[in-house]
Amino acid sequence: MEDDAPVIYGLEFQARALTPQTAETDAIRFLVGTQSLRYDNQIHIIDFDDENNIINKNVLLHQVGEIWHISTSPADKGVLATCYNKTSDTKVMTCAAVWRMPKELESGSHESPDDSSSNTQTLELLCHLDNTAHGNMACVMWEPMGDGKKIISLADNNILLWDLQESSAKAVLSSSTALEGKGQLKFTSGRWSPHHNCTQIATANDTTVRGWDTRSMRQIYCIENAHGQLVRDLDFNPNKQYYLASCGDDCKVKFWDTRNVTEPVKTLEEHSHWVWNVRYNHSHDQLILTGSSDSRVILSNMVSISSEPFGHMVDDDELSDQEDQHQEEKISVYRPFRIKEPLQDSVIATYEEHEDSVYAVEWSSADPWLFASLSYDGRLVINRVPRALKYHILL
Amino acid sequence: MAAATAGSGAGSGAAGSPEATGGSTGGGGWRRPHGPLQRYYGPSTAEAAEAPPDPTDINGPHFDPEVFMTKVRSECPLGQLLAREAALSREIRALDSDMQTLLYENYNKFISATDTIRKMKVDFRHMEAEMDDLAANMAAISASSARVSAALQDRHRRGAQLAGVQALLRKLQALVEVPGRLRRWAGTEPARALRCHARARAVLRHYRHLPSFRAIEDESHAIMAELAQRLRTRLREETLDPKELTECVEMLLQLEEPAEELSEEFLSQAGARLEAELAALEAELPAADLSGTATTPLPPASDILDFVDRGSSAFVGTLCQLAGSYRALFGGDTGRLEPFAAALATRYFALLERRLSLERGLGDTSLLTFFLGCLGDVRQALAAPRPPGKEGPGLPDLLATLAASVLGQLKAVLAYVQLFTARDVAFASLPYFKGEFCVTAVREGLVVAFVRWLCRTARGFADGPAERGAPAAPPALLLLLARLCLDYENSTISYILTLTDEQFPPQDSGPAVTPGPALCAEARAAAQRLLDHYVQVQGAAVAQMLRKSVETRDWLGTVEPRNVRAVMKRVVEDITAIDVQVGQLFEEGVRRAQSSDSSRRAFSVYSSSRAPGRYAPSYTPSAPMDTHLLSNIQKLFSERIDIFSPVEFNKVSVLTGIIKISLKTLLECVRLRTLGRFGLQQVQVDGHYLQLYLWRFASDERVVQGLLDEVAASAAHRCLDPVPMEHSVVELICERG
Repeated sequence: MEDDAPVIYGLEFQARALTPQTAETDAIRFLVGTQSLRYDNQIHIIDFDDENNIINKNVLLHQVGEIWHISTSPADKGVLATCYNKTSDTKVMTCAAVWRMPKELESGSHESPDDSSSNTQTLELLCHLDNTAHGNMACVMWEPMGDGKKIISLADNNILLWDLQESSAKAVLSSSTALEGKGQLKFTSGRWSPHHNCTQIATANDTTVRGWDTRSMRQIYCIENAHGQLVRDLDFNPNKQYYLASCGDDCKVKFWDTRNVTEPVKTLEEHSHWVWNVRYNHSHDQLILTGSSDSRVILSNMVSISSEPFGHMVDDDELSDQEDQHQEEKISVYRPFRIKEPLQDSVIATYEEHEDSVYAVEWSSADPWLFASLSYDGRLVINRVPRALKYHILL
Repeated sequence: MAAATAGSGAGSGAAGSPEATGGSTGGGGWRRPHGPLQRYYGPSTAEAAEAPPDPTDINGPHFDPEVFMTKVRSECPLGQLLAREAALSREIRALDSDMQTLLYENYNKFISATDTIRKMKVDFRHMEAEMDDLAANMAAISASSARVSAALQDRHRRGAQLAGVQALLRKLQALVEVPGRLRRWAGTEPARALRCHARARAVLRHYRHLPSFRAIEDESHAIMAELAQRLRTRLREETLDPKELTECVEMLLQLEEPAEELSEEFLSQAGARLEAELAALEAELPAADLSGTATTPLPPASDILDFVDRGSSAFVGTLCQLAGSYRALFGGDTGRLEPFAAALATRYFALLERRLSLERGLGDTSLLTFFLGCLGDVRQALAAPRPPGKEGPGLPDLLATLAASVLGQLKAVLAYVQLFTARDVAFASLPYFKGEFCVTAVREGLVVAFVRWLCRTARGFADGPAERGAPAAPPALLLLLARLCLDYENSTISYILTLTDEQFPPQDSGPAVTPGPALCAEARAAAQRLLDHYVQVQGAAVAQMLRKSVETRDWLGTVEPRNVRAVMKRVVEDITAIDVQVGQLFEEGVRRAQSSDSSRRAFSVYSSSRAPGRYAPSYTPSAPMDTHLLSNIQKLFSERIDIFSPVEFNKVSVLTGIIKISLKTLLECVRLRTLGRFGLQQVQVDGHYLQLYLWRFASDERVVQGLLDEVAASAAHRCLDPVPMEHSVVELICERG
């Protein structure tokens, strides 16, 4: 159908930071942070109208610096955190802050999309995450499924756990730990696990992936040399508690069982340059999205290591109902279970709408069949899972 | 036929007269029988339907005399009318006479049919009376027959009784004779005695309560026991051949001797016999060397082929025969046989092995270990520290040595194996052996498997380093193996296969063989994998250098560039070294648009120097979009570059792959940094330097140019104060550095 065509939105500036509005479960909304050294940076709130295939945007000014990472509160639609560069003539410092967007933008209201750029609004600063003692902030993670009061930030070689108090107006450092070792260690990215009562996070530094317990701030597992080169990103399987995906500069995506870290469970090698981003679909964990600096976004179906390795089983009751409805199909459904065709891991689609390196891909928090990808030249592309596959998974 | 139809029609017509149908509408009664007539004589209904009703058609169904008359009268002249009238009357007359003939004929037939029927009636009446007579006679006959059989019944019964008594007496006679016969046969024909006894046994056992029978039974028992005793003694004799042994045991089994015991006896006898054969074979071998030192044994008494031949005909033959008869005798229960046979076979194979080991004059000739040894040597040669000024052995030399020694070894092994197919070896002429041996053992098991293993081992070097912690193979080894695999694909495999097929001609009906092209494809895949891996390893090494250099430098606070950074020189040096290395083993390859190199380079240099910074528009606040437009348009016209993509088997392609990986890394790393003015200028200088020295390695210098342009554009974007350096200065620095 024609509406399967991708929707493209262009930003005026380079951009690396993309996030869905996590707390929003009805509307499809993404936030994009721009990178410009010479102009005021912006956060674009991109609303996608699924029915009419239209994008509406609102622009917020983010004057403190270029945005390297952006994340939204899982509890409050209006709250977000950014990591941004503060530049002076001689020094660049990456700081992090928690912001609130104007009330009327929270759920995407907009009077006229045409002049929204003229009356750009500004973010309201809630608090800074003070990192003067810890170094450059790499990313900020919100406690998944939490009440939006706990965040973890990675700063150089430190893991910092913050409590947001007084309705996020104050950030108190509740605990922290530092990764010690020879050389200059620096975390590149991290993910907070939604399992185990949200007590685990995973971090990446150089070629190593480490798991941490947030209660004791101790390392719980360590995957040495997870990738041949730098590890760029991680993600937890939302449905299988020990499964973790990682990607990196060796062009590979690897899937790990954190209980046995000697060997990856699976390895994908589809990209022809560094893989910067890997994301599990929030509901159907066989769908894996990866973005790479070969300018491609690849959607893979890793069904053999998903939580539904045998597909969706149809039990007898359901079957008999179906039979009543479709008498003519009777012969074809005379089976105890309906197991779909042999399930194989495969690449579902390669999206080539980008012309520059793709540094961020994200699934929508509202529609599990929709995702956005952002390339460095500021091009945001919204795509959908192919219909045939969607029905195959659902039915 | 026509007459008959007409006749029946006439008949039914008469029956269906208005009077007979009794008041039904008269027309219907007539019209119905007319149907078939009309269908037969008249125009077909189809015709009638086609033609429009024509009332003037005298033969048509819609003929209307009035219309016809008026038409004829008005249209025809008198002469024609008269002629017509004459013709019509003639026709009518003819029809009349026809009708009369038909009627007369039908009437005649009707009369004769009536006569026939009448005659039949009379005949039947007569026949009825005769049938009654017949029935009465039959009854009389059956009554008398019953009487006769009743009279005879009694006598018949007595006769049958007498016959029974006679049979019984004959049996008794036989029984009484049993002991005598048994005694007579027991000595000479034990088999016959057994048959006789088997027949009598059941009866005797049944009637043993009668004293006379008991006596007979006891006597025969005694004889049989004696026979069994004799057989057993015979069984223990050494000289029994397998066939006699089997017979003996079979008879004992028939005598209801316990099977368990017998099978044990059988096996021990068979064992003894086989042991003897093994001992005979062993005797030919020199005594197992207990002293330890490998003194060269005396030349064995017999040729190895003789040895094997004898072994397979004597020992294996006997073993098979015995096993077969064991199964026949003791049924499917082979629980005891299997370990017995296995133990013996193991010993036999051990002997064979010992014999074969005597044959190996040349020590351990395993192909696989040999190849691994060669590889180890090569690896050492590569890793050995080279004294400065003195080049180690060149890669082509190493490759040639490796390939030649492996091929030589393979040939040598084939020559050994060929002994087995010599004409004078008995088992070699067995068709079963020959086909199986040539195809399965030598071609598939030895040659094909070796080539496969070689490819797999080579691939292992490419896939291996994924296992974390394992020492990675040196890149030069990867390159060497890639070339080796490629050579195998090009020529060596087909050579080896031809050689094998010549020496070991495959049988027509033999099992399917692996075709050469399949092996070649495997070798090519291995070569491709190795070369790709080589590019990745070398690219990663250079990229790592670049990445570290970009990540660790303070790009904001740097001073004005005076030199090309050392790391860039190192990169160029490394790539030059790689170029030399690859050039030793691979062809040059084609370079795109080589002729216009200098001009295009000049142009790009010119354009960037004339407009100081092609990225200039992006700094004017009025047009922030222009950069995008510019870079996007630029990208529209340049192809997408796959960075880690398979390379071709030539030097240029390999080098292009490595350069692409390195420059893309530089691009991505620069994008992650924030640069000051001098930082940007340093990148500018470095980029120019790289371009100056790298373009000649790449297949398409536009790739290098394009990537470096992107680096420059990204650096400008990431620069706080983008003031590019004067191009002439850049050139000056690069030339000086």
